[in-house]
Amino acid sequence: MQTPTARLQVPSGPAARILRQRTVQAAAVVLLVSTACFAIVQNLPGDIAFRIAAGRYGYDQVTAASADSVRAELGLDRPIWQQLLDWIADLLTFNLGNSLVTGADVAGELAFYLSSSTQLAVAALAIAFVTGATAGALAAARPGGAMDRITNLWVSGARALPPFLLGLVLILVFSVHLGVLPAAGHGEAGNIVLPAATLAVGLSGLFARVTRDTVVQVRESGYVHFAQTKDLSARLVFFRHVMRNTGVTLIAYVGVQVLILIEGVVIVESLFAWPGLGHALVHAIFWRDIPMIQATAVALALLVVALNTAVDLGSAAIDPRPRRREVVL
Amino acid sequence: MLGRTMRMAGASAAAVLMMAGCAAEGSSKNQAPQQPLKVVGQFELHGLDPSTTGGFFTRLQVVETLVDADNQGVLQPGLATGWEASPDNRSWRFTLREGASFHDGTAVTAEAVAAALETARSKAASPFSTVPVKAVTAEGGAVRVDLTQPYAPLPAVLAHTSTQILAPSSYAADRTVTDVVGSGPYKVTRLEQPGTIELAVSEQWQDEKPPITEVHYQAVGRSESRALMAESGQADVTFGMDPTSLQRIKQAGKQDIEQVTLPRTILLKVNAGHEILGDVRVRQALSLALDREAMATALLRDPEMAATQLFPPSLPEWHQDNVTPLTHDVEEARKLLTEAGWVPGSDGTLEREGRKFSISLRTFPDRPELPLLATAIQAKLKELGVAVDVKVGNSSEIAAGHQDGSLELALFSRNYALVPDALVTLADDFAPNGADYGSMGWNNADLTSTLNTMATGAGTGSLEENRRTVTEIMHAELPVIPVAWYRQSAVVSKRVDGLVLDPLERSWRLTDLSWAK
Repeated sequence: MQTPTARLQVPSGPAARILRQRTVQAAAVVLLVSTACFAIVQNLPGDIAFRIAAGRYGYDQVTAASADSVRAELGLDRPIWQQLLDWIADLLTFNLGNSLVTGADVAGELAFYLSSSTQLAVAALAIAFVTGATAGALAAARPGGAMDRITNLWVSGARALPPFLLGLVLILVFSVHLGVLPAAGHGEAGNIVLPAATLAVGLSGLFARVTRDTVVQVRESGYVHFAQTKDLSARLVFFRHVMRNTGVTLIAYVGVQVLILIEGVVIVESLFAWPGLGHALVHAIFWRDIPMIQATAVALALLVVALNTAVDLGSAAIDPRPRRREVVL
Repeated sequence: MLGRTMRMAGASAAAVLMMAGCAAEGSSKNQAPQQPLKVVGQFELHGLDPSTTGGFFTRLQVVETLVDADNQGVLQPGLATGWEASPDNRSWRFTLREGASFHDGTAVTAEAVAAALETARSKAASPFSTVPVKAVTAEGGAVRVDLTQPYAPLPAVLAHTSTQILAPSSYAADRTVTDVVGSGPYKVTRLEQPGTIELAVSEQWQDEKPPITEVHYQAVGRSESRALMAESGQADVTFGMDPTSLQRIKQAGKQDIEQVTLPRTILLKVNAGHEILGDVRVRQALSLALDREAMATALLRDPEMAATQLFPPSLPEWHQDNVTPLTHDVEEARKLLTEAGWVPGSDGTLEREGRKFSISLRTFPDRPELPLLATAIQAKLKELGVAVDVKVGNSSEIAAGHQDGSLELALFSRNYALVPDALVTLADDFAPNGADYGSMGWNNADLTSTLNTMATGAGTGSLEENRRTVTEIMHAELPVIPVAWYRQSAVVSKRVDGLVLDPLERSWRLTDLSWAK
């Protein structure tokens, strides 16, 4: 006699599963990234003690005497494996150590640079998302229409302009000629507008394109046609079905773009003298400031994990498709 | 549909402009006096210790040194109103300014000064660490410095920015600097490393209060950005301008340009212990191959900066008017190389006994003109048949290359007035064993004895004669080949009056500035 297959409906708990997987991933990433950074820095050309001394005392003040004192002070002549184990031991106690150049607490420095970069990225993303998604939705209303063609032009133009050049153009227009915004710097009102706009222009074009294509695709889908046959108003169909399904694609896309933003703002930070993670990482590598390099790289890696987690959770939350796992017993 | 679209686009544009308008409220165009003075420079702050701050806080007049210097390099009273040496020149006594206070309200005592100097002496990066000091002590309200042997330039060394005097509250228990509490006219109100320093006039300052009461310093790494900040009026005083931007701003005429020739020389350091470069005729030939005037004109946009000798006119005590200027003479250079046994090979590169004349040149990009000059030098030497491999890396590779003997040529700039008396830097740079930013594999007994005589204040010959001897030896032997001198420029907005640049780069003289009427 055949035993009938019992189908048991269990709450899948996607959020808990995602968090479990990502926590394990985060731990592995921290270990791998920090070890890889350490190995790479040790194999870079040049004497680490001399580089650190150049960072500390200035480019034309570094001497053999200052490099020797740095070497002795920091124990750079200890075996490499011992230095790495010390750092990992500190990491396990959540101690990121001190910068070899500035002597400051790395965690404090990292928090400052990270918050600066995050501010810039969030502002850029907000501008890009609002302008891009609006333009994309409008373009999708009539594919091939005037707005669609304008958006196409905007996408091509925005992507073709390198951020450095675009930033210079914005400074020339809004600071030098109109005098309405500060050209560069940090800490004053308005400092964020131009760097955020520089990053947003390129991104907004992409958002417009993705939004437009997704909206068109979703409009053509069976469930939207079905919803329309139910006599729902066009507005209700758009927000309840089109936007919700478009959102799943957009959230995943935004996640990828944020990563590109956070890791790709070096040029913009440099042009606008914005003290962010890009600035910190470049300087740390230049000076061989190992704790700062490792901490910055680990922070960036964890950011990737955190964003992927957020994207997964966000997608799971708004995805209108059924959320049930069938467990065959 | 399109109409609605256009309305939305118009609304978006209006919103962006409103944001810009809000952000720009109080922007530089309508700056009223009593706004902070905005100073922009290329240097970032990487630490608070006087040996690592690169003179930031003396330039901003937050801290003082015992001894100051005027624009001619003549020593002036700083925190010390006077100083005198004992008859045997082994002990110096510095009298402190009466009633001086630190920004935290505590008095500037001899004990605090002695402790700050002892801390400075322990730092390898400070020239004070190389002075033969036995002890620094407080004695009857004055500071006493005992030496193991006479050392005439001591007061000049105590004008170096690494010997700045900080209040006891600036130090942690292990003597690391955690705060910058000085005794100068300005005090720090906000410090955000690496790029922002905000200052206000100190209530403790005894002398006349500066007309400008608040100062904001912003570090901006890229010279293009600094130029745009100057052009847009965002910055009142902008340092570290590249020659091209400076020329553009000068032509626009909307800002003033202040300039001063610095006692800084761009040098080609030569490894004289090298089998090729050890021959003085070869060093002279390399020097003759350089078209300094063309390089200064094309790359520095300043033909007057072509170096005709090691010391620029801004070091009047050392600059010699009667020395034969370094010139460009390719034929003479070829003749010298032929004398030294070098003949053109099949590919045009010079050869001697099967060895090609091929050398490497190290430089670094922190000063943007250095890689450009290195490329120009490479081109000029190629015309002569010398193959130069230019390596643009980190400045520390020059010091490291000096130490391990691998350095052949290096291009860098050297400020001979880091300590107001150039003798201190020269004695270090051209010591018998050489120095990271001085000679390499070269020594000259006459030069060593002359520098020693000057440092100890003993021996015969006047200071002028001794300086001439030093200059002539360097000119003939070329342990370093001078390439160009340096002009410091600052762009100053029309809102500000009174900026005079300090050729010693010790101070930005902010207390002399005022808002234009």
